[in-house]
Order: sequence, then structure tokens, then C-alpha cells
Amino acid sequence: MKPTGTGLRSVVLAALLLGIISPIAAGLIQTGRAAFGLMPVVGAHGSGLEVWRSLCALPGFWTSVRLTLWIGFAATFLSLTLATCFCATAHARMTGRSAARWLAPLLAAPHTAVAIGLAFVLAPSGWIARLLAPLVGWVRPPDLALINDPWGIALILGLMIKEIPFLLLVMLAALSQIPVQQHMAAARGLGYRRSVVWVKIIAPQVWPLIRLPVLVVLAYSLSTVEMGIILGPSNPPVFSVFVMRLFMAPDLAMILPASAGALMLAFLMGVASATLFVAERLVRYTGLWWIRAGGRSSTVKPLLRIASRCVVALFVIGALAMVSLVFWSLAWRWPWPSMLPETWSFQPWRNAAGVLGSALGNTLLIAGASVFVSLALAILWLEGEDRKGRGRAGWGEVLIYLPLLLPQIAFLYGLNMLFLRLGISGGIGAVIWAQVLFVFPYVMIVLSDPWRALDPRLIRAAASLGAGPLRQLLTVKIPLLLSPILIAAAIGTAVSVAQYLPTLFMGAGRISTLTTEAVTLSSGADRRITGVYASLQAILSFAAYAVAFMVPAFVFRNRAALKGAGQ
Amino acid sequence: MSLDLKNVSVRWANSSTLFGPLCVCVERGEVATVMGPSGVGKSTLLDAIAGHLASTFQLEGHITLNGIDLRSLPPEARRIGLMFQDGGLFPHLSVGDNLAFGLTRTVVGRARRHAAVEVALKQAGLDGFYLRDPASLSGGQRARAALMRTLLAEPAALLLDEPFSKLDLALRGEMRSFAFEHIRRHNIPALLVTHDPEDAKEAGDQKLVLA
Amino acid sequence: MRISLMSALAAIVLSNPILFNPVLADSWQDTLEAAKGQTVYWNAWGGDPQTNAFIAWVGQQTFERYGVALRQVKLTDTAEAVTRVLSEKAAGQDDEGSVDLIWINGPNFLTMKEQGLLFGPFVDGLPNAQYLDLSPASPNSVDFTVPVAGMESPWRLAKFVFNYDSARIDTPPLSMTALLEWATINPGRFTHPAPSNFMGATFLKQALIDLTLDTAVLQEPVTEDSFVAATRPLWKWYDALRPTLWRGGETFPENQSVQQQLLNDGEIDIAMSFDPASTAVAIAQGLLPETARVFVPEGGTIGNVSFVAIPYNAASREGAQVVANFLLAPDTQAHMQNIEVLGAFSVLAAAKLKADARATFATLQTAPGLPSLADLGPTLLEPHASWMTRLTQEWARRYTR
Repeated sequence: MKPTGTGLRSVVLAALLLGIISPIAAGLIQTGRAAFGLMPVVGAHGSGLEVWRSLCALPGFWTSVRLTLWIGFAATFLSLTLATCFCATAHARMTGRSAARWLAPLLAAPHTAVAIGLAFVLAPSGWIARLLAPLVGWVRPPDLALINDPWGIALILGLMIKEIPFLLLVMLAALSQIPVQQHMAAARGLGYRRSVVWVKIIAPQVWPLIRLPVLVVLAYSLSTVEMGIILGPSNPPVFSVFVMRLFMAPDLAMILPASAGALMLAFLMGVASATLFVAERLVRYTGLWWIRAGGRSSTVKPLLRIASRCVVALFVIGALAMVSLVFWSLAWRWPWPSMLPETWSFQPWRNAAGVLGSALGNTLLIAGASVFVSLALAILWLEGEDRKGRGRAGWGEVLIYLPLLLPQIAFLYGLNMLFLRLGISGGIGAVIWAQVLFVFPYVMIVLSDPWRALDPRLIRAAASLGAGPLRQLLTVKIPLLLSPILIAAAIGTAVSVAQYLPTLFMGAGRISTLTTEAVTLSSGADRRITGVYASLQAILSFAAYAVAFMVPAFVFRNRAALKGAGQ
Repeated sequence: MSLDLKNVSVRWANSSTLFGPLCVCVERGEVATVMGPSGVGKSTLLDAIAGHLASTFQLEGHITLNGIDLRSLPPEARRIGLMFQDGGLFPHLSVGDNLAFGLTRTVVGRARRHAAVEVALKQAGLDGFYLRDPASLSGGQRARAALMRTLLAEPAALLLDEPFSKLDLALRGEMRSFAFEHIRRHNIPALLVTHDPEDAKEAGDQKLVLA
Repeated sequence: MRISLMSALAAIVLSNPILFNPVLADSWQDTLEAAKGQTVYWNAWGGDPQTNAFIAWVGQQTFERYGVALRQVKLTDTAEAVTRVLSEKAAGQDDEGSVDLIWINGPNFLTMKEQGLLFGPFVDGLPNAQYLDLSPASPNSVDFTVPVAGMESPWRLAKFVFNYDSARIDTPPLSMTALLEWATINPGRFTHPAPSNFMGATFLKQALIDLTLDTAVLQEPVTEDSFVAATRPLWKWYDALRPTLWRGGETFPENQSVQQQLLNDGEIDIAMSFDPASTAVAIAQGLLPETARVFVPEGGTIGNVSFVAIPYNAASREGAQVVANFLLAPDTQAHMQNIEVLGAFSVLAAAKLKADARATFATLQTAPGLPSLADLGPTLLEPHASWMTRLTQEWARRYTR
């Protein structure tokens, strides 16, 4: 069995190196070359640091960088704090299964759809304002910067709505690995109140398990383009949008500072991660001092209560945002100050029906293919780990998370140049490949723990009954893990549906998916058709989750031990 | 002053009784043992006394400690220490910090607290183990450290849930003596759940059998 | 039957202008032959569903008539396509490029022309080009003062106009100075798109032409001295205007579509557009209230033409030319000008059209929000493309935090 294990692992490793690491490395190298002035096609032959100087001299550069760092840290910190507090108050009532079920709609909602919906809900002429207008006496929408505000508060809110469910999911998975009940009982026996136990005992044990996902959240908050365009400030915009604008400027020489900016974004991510590690050390230091002092009192409880209420409020706003999209897709005219559309109509759907065929088809095809490839790779990797009998090396973990930790824009442009040279740009294969880069990590994150939690004695029993490794995999492991596999597939689908930059760059714009259409239309005048596309995005993701819950329930309808077994 | 159980019974919610009405009074310094077959509810009894009873159960009867009715108090206010099978040391804190966590608030000041922890470690034969990782301790050392942590909190009573069952026979006797000696020294009532008749014999005090 | 077929054929031959010119006919016939079965990827801004629908209709027609399939690649910004062609050139991909046709003008055209990224000249080879006014001074021959030289083919007319909600404003301000007065009385009710966007830059240009003392200097490439002198009144006016803008001038809508949305939502009272018919179309589509109307400042506004260009490495070169030609057909232009379809004004010269074509145009319906060509006032000449770049830079330097 051992040689097969090594062989399998080598195959998977080769596939990953070739398929994931080399594209990213190649992309970064290309971007790096342009950043240092080496781009013959626009007549630049290497001018060293001149490009960087011109980048820093661009108006709004420093403000944009400061803004991005502020938004990135604020969104991540607030999401983490609120998620922790929510976990602390509601953990007792949430089992892994039920949590996955009600978190699913929030996780499935694509970032773009949430941003578009939120832009309507929060706007001064939007839903909340219309609700308040009769009470406060506004005749015209007030001139308040509620979205696209200079401090990025709307963007932070939008990021939090998406990040808190993700962090909750990861935290719940981590908590299932800690004997929470036992620790709680022991610590309370020592006289500590529940909330203090959470902060002093549970949270420090959870942190190492969620460190990487928190970095992923930080990376996204720093580098999001779609949400930055829709919700973020515009003058100057967040740094990722700033760099995008440089890439898209009519003056082609701007591609050089754009590449420098893309590298700078990756550097900012590095700085942010370093800050996180330093902060971790600081907290550990002060935390130990606090623990040694032995304080049992807690002023933490009311804060926990408030934080949980905030989380619920955010979820409600997120739900409102999604609902508003559906309403817009069914509206004809919906002027201020009506709470509901003045005239309802199916016209937007009818108008879209003709054109969205190809976008929908592409989205389904790409999602299906990338999820299939990612699942196959993930199962092979995990099986290889099992056969080898060893746990996961640290570098393996980093390898998986790498595409999520680098800002997409830093390597996608360079990667496209590579694909052009290989002659595969503009095809659906290139898009699928680029998407697998981002879908695979999420699938691995979701599938690893349930896979490892599978009772090894069942496998040994199968072996003793004469089943070889392949039969064990196909007839024992995979059927038992059907539910986690389907959930991983659902999350993979949601991630694939929501991808924007990879489809845009690799498809040479020819591959239109629901998300690329939605982002293009969001910069248009018609919220109704944007509502149609965004609603469809969300429906696809929800459908994948519904399948993930219903299929095991049906297949295992006579198997009580497996029905609805979740994380 | 003692730990008093009067007509204590635990039922599944609205149906059958898990174990029937119990009456027992454990005096200070006394170690009462609770024995019975698997699944009869010994651990549930301890949960009920400590305040962690799951919502699928219903508790009836009175539990008082030193005259105070425990049912009106949350677990952290009951001053009842717990000891588990595998020790229950917190893996993210060092051995010394675990004990410091348990040390009662009445000892004030960094230096004094540190000294108190060192004394306890010495008593447990873990001198110089302050900064050690709990995972690097043997089973016996872990059990001793956990006991010291519980006792440093100056509880008014102690509940032990099969604390010696994971240790090998030779170690068990040692650990048992150590535990009982400290319980008697602290002069608190203790309730010990166990499978091992040796524990009951050593304890020598009241013996309850749940059936 | 054979005789009537022959006469039908004769009728077709005689009425087809191409075949009168045998030389032209041959090469166009070759182009048509080569184009059959090709798929043309037209990279065009995709933010307007009406334009997208029109492009889809064009695709249907070209497929039925010429066997040329058309796919629209929806862009958020024309520069995306320019960058794509440039990347392909950098990678050495000199044919089988992914971009066949681009909706383009102004600075993007200048860039592509200078970098040698365009195919052509091809406009003269298009049979329907006979309906265009291609004299050197016409807007079809000069794109932001850069000579077109047949490297791009016109397809729709653009003229800078303002629109407003007549239910909230009785008399709109008819000059930039009047606009400043109006904005001071009604703060927070006017804004313009960010100048990094084409529309925003055009608004600044329009203001510059309105306020500057010597407009002739704008036709020349910009120099530091001429810039400082010409823009002094502009910045003085803008500094006074800025605090009265929507959101205090701290944030601006991304483009004119988002601004139209603001007008629809009631957050502002005046918006702007490059398409005089867009207001009427928007009303018909329910995207603006019934009371929306168009107005232009008294001195006239900038107007230009939207073009389509073919990259040097286009895979379906012949198909692209067929599409460009089809866009210029009188029937197509009339269909385009119909406000129920797109409402974009035609680029064809009325004098060069045949009688029946002219009649088609005359029967197009009017709407309250649709201005007539006369209402649009005089067309001002676009300044040199370098002025737009310099204006945008200076605005960013002065007003970005």
C-alpha cells in the first residue's frame, strides 16, 4: 500500500505544481518585469525604479493606500470580533449541521450581488431611507454620502456581511475539534463565568485553526475589485480599483505603473500579514498576563450581547439586499419614495431571456468543470495523505491557501500574457484553469476536516474483508462522505459563479458569465436588468446548496446515522 | 458543613427515571464513592451537582452545600471543583499557567500568585514544571497537575469522574493516596465516581451504588 | 419563370451601386466571399441594454444576409479591448487576434493608431460609405482633431447634451455661468461623472470651451503656457462650483449611466449624455420619469461621431468590414434612429441619401423627450486629444485627496 501512496501523492503534487504554482509564479514574474519597466511592446526597455517613482507621484496614490489598509484591517477585525462574540453566545444552540444549513444562503450569495443589493438598500434614495423618509420628513433624498463614502464604511459593511458567515463556518468547524463542553465545565468549576471562559480558554485554542482563513479574509478585504467599484469611494478609490483603472487607461504606457501597483498590492498583503502575526504575539503576551492575574469577573457579557445583535442586524441587511435585487428584477418603475415598486412587470426577465442564454450556459459549464476538477484533485490529495499515513505538511497547507492569499490582480494580467504565448487565451479551457486556482482551496478547506474525521476503523474493517484501496475509496469512503463532498461542491460552485477577474482576463472578454455581465451592467443605468443577473447568480448558488442538503437526505433516507450528517 | 443530597433524582424529560431518589450527606474531608453499571447515570449525577445538566434531563430534589441551595446558583458560583478522566488541562497554557488560572482571586499580586503556584507544583512533585507543555506530561503527572489546579481554586466541594481509570495499576494506588490526602487536608466533601472497587476500599467512607 | 428570374436579377444588379463600379465590386465581392462563415467579435461598451439589443439585431441581420455571425464582447471600458490587442502584439500574436471590431473614438483611437494596432485604411472600400460626408472638415473624417484616414468607420452620432427633470426645474441654466448660479441656489443637486471616465472629461472640455477666451488655441496640441492661460477661467469657475456639487464634490458617479440612475432616483436634478435620444429612450424604458427633457447651452455643445475600428491582427477581418458596411446602410441607420430601438442619431449625410431612404427617416416617430436636430444647436469642434488628457491630469492633481 505504501508505494501506491507515494505514487498518488507525487501525481497530485505534480498536478498542483504545474497547474497552480507555476501559473501564479509565471504571472508574478511577468507583472514584475513590467513593474521594473521591461515591456518592449510599449517601448519600455527597463528603467529600474522610474516606474515606481511615477506610481507614487500619481494623484491620490497615498490616500488610496491608506484607505485600503484601513478598510482591510477594519473589515477583518470587526468581522472576526463579531463572529467570535456571536459564536460565544449562540454556540450552545448551534450544532454543526443546523449551522451549516442557515449559514448556507449567506455563504452562497455572490459578492457582486450582495454589493449591488446593498448599494440600493443603503443609498440615500434607497430602501432604508425610504422607510425613514415619512418619519424624518425628507421630501427629496438627503445629500448624505452613505455609499461610496470617503471612509469606505459602506464597503466595510458589505465585506462584513460576506465575511462573518465564512468566519462563523470556519470557527464552528474548529470548535468541533475542541472539547468545548469539558473545558467549559472545568473552567466554570474554577469559578469563571461563561463569557470569560470563551475569551481566555476557547478562543486561544480556536485561533491557530482559523489563522489561515482569517488571512484569506484579510486578503480579500484588501484586494477586492468588484465590491470596491460598487460600494467603495471613488475619488480616490481603493487601491485595487486604482490599479485596475491604470490597467484600463487609454494611455498604454500606464500599464507599467499599473503592474508596479499590482506588485505593491501583493506587498501590502505581506505587510498586513506581518502585522497580524505581530498583533498575535502581542495579544498572547498581554493575554498570559491577564490569565495569570486570575480575574473571574466579566464586563464582557453585555458586549457579547450587543455584538450578537449587530451580527443579526447585518444578516437582516444582507437578506434585504438580496430581496431588493429580486424586487428590482420584477419592477418597471420604482421611484423615490415608494417602498415597493410602483409598477411590477416581468419585462426585465423577458428582455434578458434572449441574451442571457450564453452567459448562463457559460457559468454552468465553467462551474461544473472547475468544481469537478477541484473535487477530483482534492479527493486524490486526501486519499494520498491517508495512504501515506502522514498528516499534512505545513508547506502543503500554504500551497493550498496560496492563490487565496495573493491579490488576484497581481498575477492575472501576467498570467494572461503567458496563456497568450501558449495560444490558449480566450478559450473556455483557460478560464476553467484559472478558476480551479481559486475553487480548489475552498474545496480543500471544506473537505479536509470531515475526511479526516472519518472513523479509520471502518476502513480497516473494509480492508479486513478483502477490499483493496481503490474499492475502499469508491465503496466506503466516498459514499460515507457524500454529504461533505456535496457541500464542498456547493461552496466550489458558489466561488466559481462569483469569480470576476479570472473570467475577464483569461477569457479575453469573450466568455461572458453572469458575474461579468452583472458587474458591467452595474455601471449602467438599469437596476432592473442588473437585478435579473444578480438574482440568477444567487439562485444558481442556492440551488447548489439545496442539492447538497437534499441529495444525502434522500439517498440516506433509511440510514439514520448518515442523514444530514454535516461538518 | 457538608454536601447534602436530599431525594435527588434525574429523569429523562417527562418520562422514565434515570436513577431513583438519592439521599446522601457527605461530610467535610469525606470521600463518598458512587458506583454502578455503565449507562446508569453516574456522570449525569455529577453534572447535576456541578450545574451542567443537559436540557434533555430533569432534576428533582434538593442539593445543598454548606447550607446553600445550589439549584439557584450558576455553575461558576457554586465553588465545586471537577476532575476528569484525562485531567482536563488546557492545552494552550503551560502547566504553571493552568494552575495560575485556577488560583483563587484572593491571592493578589504577581509575585505572591507565582509563589503560590510554585508551592502547589512542588507538592505535586512537579517542581520546575511551570513552563512545560501539558502534552509533554505523563498520565500521572497530568492527573496530579489537574488536581492541584482544582484545589488551588479553594473549592467547597470536589467531584471526581473516574479520575484514575486511565492510569496503569501501579500508578493508580499512588495517585489515589495523593488525591485523598489532599482532599482530607483541605477538609472538603468529595464525591468520587468509579468502576474500581479498590477506590471505594481506599476511600473507606460512604459508598453509593446506583442501579 | 426563367425570364422573370432574369429580370429580377437584372433589377438587383442595376439597383446595386456596387456593381456599377466593377473594380470596387470585385474586391467587395471577394470580401463578402471570405466573410461568409466567419464569426466577428465586436468589443463594445456593454452598459446599455438597448445598445446591446441593437447589436444583437445587427448580428441576426448579418447572419441571415451574409452568413457572418456577430458576437458582442461587453466591455466596461474601451481601454480593455485596446489593452487586449496590445497584449497580443506583445506576445507576438499577429493574426488570429481575439478582437475583430472595436467601438472606439478619441484618445483610444489615437493610441491604437500611433501604436500601429489598426488594420486599414478600409472605409473607402465599403460600398455604403458613399452615403457619408467624408470631406476633410466633416466630423466623419476627423476624430478629436486626429485625421481618421479611413482607419475607422462611423456608425452613430454623438452630441453632448444635458437632461433634467422638468417637474423639478422650470427653466434650466443655459450656460456654464448660469449653471454655477443655479447650483449655488440648489446645492447638492448637480454633479458630473469622474473625469477618468470619458463623459466626465467631456464635461470639463465643454466647460473649458464655454469659459475660455480664445478657442482657437484648443485646436492645437496643448503646451504648458497655452494650458495655463486657457484654463484659468475654468478652474476659477470650478473652484466656486465644487462645494455646491452633490456630495460636496468629494465623490462622483462612475459614468453617465450611474448619473442617469441618480436623476431617476431623485438625488440630482441635472444629468448629461452623449446621445441626444437617450432621454426619450430611457422614458420609454421606464428608466427616467415622463417629465425628463433635454437641453443644451446656448453656445452649442461638442459633438462627434462614434466609430468602429478593426485591429491589425483581427481574425475575421472581412467579416468585420461586412459588419461595418452593414451599419452604414440607410435602413440600418433608420432602424437605429427609431427611439423604440436605440434612438441614436444617424451619421449619414441627408443630401447623399436617395429619396426613399430620406422618407424612412422622416417617418420616424417623435416623443416629448426627443429633441429634433434643430433643437440641438450648433456643434462645437472637439479640441485636440492632448487637451483632454492634460485636463484630466490637472483635475486629478487639483481635486484628488
